[in-house]
Amino acid sequence: MNTPAIDVRGLRKSYGSTVVLDGVDLQVAAGSVFALLGPNGAGKTTIVHILSTLLAADGGQAVVAGHDVKRDADGVRAEIGLTGQFSAVDGLLTGEENLLLMARLRHLGAKRSKTRVAELLEQFDLVDAARQPLATYSGGMKRRLDLAMTLVAAPSVIFLDEPTTGLDPRSRRTMWDIVRDLVASGTTVLLTTQQLEEADQLAHRIAVLDGGRIVAAGTPDELKRLVPGGHIRLRFADAAALDSASRLLAGSTRDDTALGLTVPSDGTVGALRTVLDRLDAVGIDVADLSIHTPDLDDVFFALTGQKDLTGSHAPGSNAPGDNAPRLNTRSDRVDTTGTAS
Amino acid sequence: MTTTTARPPAAPRPPAPGIRRPSHVVADSITMLNRNLLHMVRYPGLSLFTIVLPVVILLLIVFVFGGTLGAGLPGVDAEGGRAAYLAYVMSGILVITMAGTAGGTATTVSMDMTEGITARFRTMAISRAAVLAGHVLGNTIQAIIAVSLVLGVGVLIGFRPTASPLEWLAVAGLIALIAYAISWLGVAMGINAKSVEVASNLPLILTVLPLLGSGFVPTDSMPAWLQGFAQYQPFTPFIETIRGLLLGTPLGWNPALAVGWCVVIVIIGYVWSTVLYERKSVRS
Repeated sequence: MNTPAIDVRGLRKSYGSTVVLDGVDLQVAAGSVFALLGPNGAGKTTIVHILSTLLAADGGQAVVAGHDVKRDADGVRAEIGLTGQFSAVDGLLTGEENLLLMARLRHLGAKRSKTRVAELLEQFDLVDAARQPLATYSGGMKRRLDLAMTLVAAPSVIFLDEPTTGLDPRSRRTMWDIVRDLVASGTTVLLTTQQLEEADQLAHRIAVLDGGRIVAAGTPDELKRLVPGGHIRLRFADAAALDSASRLLAGSTRDDTALGLTVPSDGTVGALRTVLDRLDAVGIDVADLSIHTPDLDDVFFALTGQKDLTGSHAPGSNAPGDNAPRLNTRSDRVDTTGTAS
Repeated sequence: MTTTTARPPAAPRPPAPGIRRPSHVVADSITMLNRNLLHMVRYPGLSLFTIVLPVVILLLIVFVFGGTLGAGLPGVDAEGGRAAYLAYVMSGILVITMAGTAGGTATTVSMDMTEGITARFRTMAISRAAVLAGHVLGNTIQAIIAVSLVLGVGVLIGFRPTASPLEWLAVAGLIALIAYAISWLGVAMGINAKSVEVASNLPLILTVLPLLGSGFVPTDSMPAWLQGFAQYQPFTPFIETIRGLLLGTPLGWNPALAVGWCVVIVIIGYVWSTVLYERKSVRS
């Protein structure tokens, strides 16, 4: 593999006694999309801010596009673009003026600035609104302008901090298409998100961040394999039925207050039939039933310590195989790079 | 909105790693200045306020209080009070106009800091000084325009300077220098402000200072404990120098003091704002 576009080792950051990043390692291959997934306060934005030279780390190393963020901040700045959580547009200018401002600050020259701005307006569907003040822009338009401003000088590495938060579904799809096209043209994208679907849709690799540590990393499929598979959730009319059912179905977890029983299952019709047949054979009636297949939500809840409402996801009850990515418990230091840190 | 928007961007690649990019401080400062001037033209409300307020103070003070205040000036008889006071107070009003623009500067800068665009600038290879210089130069120009307009109103209501062309030139130079110094302070105060709402609070001190100097009454009419401060605080040499150049009153050491204070204020404002800018332009 070529030199990674982003290479982070042992990154640390604290504010006073609050540890925000506790030794983060990650590598992003050039031309790929890497998603940082995590709940609020996990440290996603802090990582982005350190990598985009907005914030100094307390410890560790970070190299972006071949430049060290600490020693050669200007070298990094010439290669990157950041679209943050909050729109970084000049609200008092028009869309076109905003883009021209960026082109001038990137020193593209008068003629090239003009063609580049026209090109971006076209590409981001902002031609009609180009000369309008930003007060008239919708949230989606502002976000597109924001990203267009980031792309004026065609940066090789782009940071997108929750790029679709607050956008309606259609604008979100548009944003996803834009990201895919960027990657198709060779740009490296590091994005943060709380939406599992977004990471699943866009990313080649995902790192799950929680409490300032990467608790798991891998491809979306690898991550899905990490957590307990799907399950069938049964509900019974009375405690007696629950009792006998839980004795009958080994490996199931019971929930006495809800009279519920969670049975591990791959979610296929055959597996479902087996369970129901066994209950039927001893005459236990099932009051209610639901099937749950594994998705990134399970990964998220299992790994970030946020239990979902059924309380049925216990991390590690399905130990990952040898070739699965490392699943790190909270007390264990994380290494997602495959090299000793 | 379509869903087939982006094509691969066809813009040039940035320079290869390792090549030192030339510094663009001057070009970037001009770009930033243009941006700030565009803001003023688009949204003249704030700029207008910095002119209207001193004009209102001028008219109020001259026509309401001027007769009585003027009569109290040394060597002025009762009839000539109002005209004498207009002549006396004009330089104070000009300085208060410049001090007042700091509030506008601070508000603009503070807005910028919360807009998120400042964080974007910091992720680009732009000189830190250029971002701030854009604000400072823009507001210096705004302050000079404001002072000229207020001076125009003064002339309309009977202010008659006796300055020679050379003295006018010196006045213009000093006003530009004071405006520049105050703009740096305004920028620092704007970055320092926790929110846009409070950004114009701290600069209010600057507007009060001319009142505690020789702007409206001679300092020897003040109690002794105030005189010491009034005579040596920056605004008194500013006012005395402008007054001396415009009307031929004795200058003394005031021009040197005025320039000295400007240099000190520029250094304080520059250091304060660059340190704060580094620390505070990330939204947390």
